[in-house]
Amino acid sequence: MSELSVRHLLGIKYLKEEDIQLIFETADHFKEVINRSIKKVPSLRDITIANIFFESSTRTKLSFELAEKRLSADVINFSSAQSSVKKGETLIDTVNNILSMKVDMVVMRHPSPGAGIFLSQHVDAAIVNAGDGAHEHPTQALLDSYSIREKLGVVTGKNVVIVGDILHSRVALSNIFALKLQGANVKVCGPRTLIPKYIESLGIEVESNLIKALNWCDVANMLRIQSERLDISYFPTTREYTQQYGVNKAILDGLDKEIVIMHPGPINRGVEITSDVADSKQSIILNQVENGVAIRMAVIYLLASKIK
Amino acid sequence: MLSSKEINIILHRLACQLLEHHLDFTETALIGMQPRGIFLAQRLSKILKEDYGVRQINLGLLDITFYRDDFRRGEKTLEASSTKIDFLVEGKKVVLIDDVLYTGRSIRAALTAIQSFGRPKEIELLTLIDRRFSRHLPIQPNYRGRQVDAINEEKVKVMWKENDGKDIIYLVSK
Repeated sequence: MSELSVRHLLGIKYLKEEDIQLIFETADHFKEVINRSIKKVPSLRDITIANIFFESSTRTKLSFELAEKRLSADVINFSSAQSSVKKGETLIDTVNNILSMKVDMVVMRHPSPGAGIFLSQHVDAAIVNAGDGAHEHPTQALLDSYSIREKLGVVTGKNVVIVGDILHSRVALSNIFALKLQGANVKVCGPRTLIPKYIESLGIEVESNLIKALNWCDVANMLRIQSERLDISYFPTTREYTQQYGVNKAILDGLDKEIVIMHPGPINRGVEITSDVADSKQSIILNQVENGVAIRMAVIYLLASKIK
Repeated sequence: MLSSKEINIILHRLACQLLEHHLDFTETALIGMQPRGIFLAQRLSKILKEDYGVRQINLGLLDITFYRDDFRRGEKTLEASSTKIDFLVEGKKVVLIDDVLYTGRSIRAALTAIQSFGRPKEIELLTLIDRRFSRHLPIQPNYRGRQVDAINEEKVKVMWKENDGKDIIYLVSK
């Protein structure tokens, strides 16, 4: 297959397995490009991309912007904090105003689930979802799988456990879709209060014992406790969470085999993982960040090639 | 158009011409262009090493997909191949190698692409087949295998033993 089956990247849910493979193969080439002394290609010279962020972000925003610039696209940035959204402008109005300035693609992060899907139905531009509430974060899941593929050779057949706050995590949901699509085995692990009620309907097993989960897996993806989304108390104290679900070096060294540690960032050091785990040889956290740029270049390149 | 025997004679001639200009190849880089120029580059490198005693050749593969000027202009997404240049081209004499020279647009893209790997001392072009009267850009080869006059409706197909089973060149109507 040489082109994506979709016009927008709204979620992993809408992708086919071949789309993921095409994105990975394209990302391989871009990874070579970003390791050259001159890390830029002229492909997207005549494409303008708006990054609109209605929610805070460091990594994702920088990664997208860098990916766009490495492809030679023109980039405009917008964050809701300093914008007319505060004055009561609607999402469609905001975006249509931006599009009137001849923008071809919109990369959007929004606190409401489905915001990207809604936008794709109302405006004429390619939409890339950079995180919509607790729904999906497709480029994160793609770069996570890409990093597993890079580290372990394949994703198919690997055992991956996602640990932490699954309920509020768009990273977890997108990862589940992506990993299942590629034939990996997925379990989730965390306090029962932070596991969505109907997770089994996705074919996902819940393991509440961390040590058992870690002994089962090849890869552990450690999620952050999203304090900003915890509207009620889901567990007694952070300290108790760490005791039950935090990974430290002693736990890691006590396992039957060497597992790979991932984290989508930002890390709360000492909560979900300790510093010596985050900085250990088994951790591929910084590889994930590097791969993020290559993956986003691939996604943008492939979507841009469908803009007529 | 050309049989395996004729191709072999031409390859040896091209190798000798390269040798005449580059002598020991220490300051030279042969760059095969993806996807079809790499077979020619690999073959020439093999001949130079085995038949003419050249010890070491800097051989690289260059993919020009991201430098092409027809992005979004066709129906299909342009699919990339891999680039593998594990030496510096800075200060080297670069020879771009492709099987067929037609409009010259690929070479234009390659001239831009190669700059991402440094500033070469000079750049030359070697093509096995040079299609006359079809150029869109002022680009001519320094070394050519065979010059042909083909109309736009025709296509030159270069087949290689490594990839297609045997060495042969066809002129086919599209």
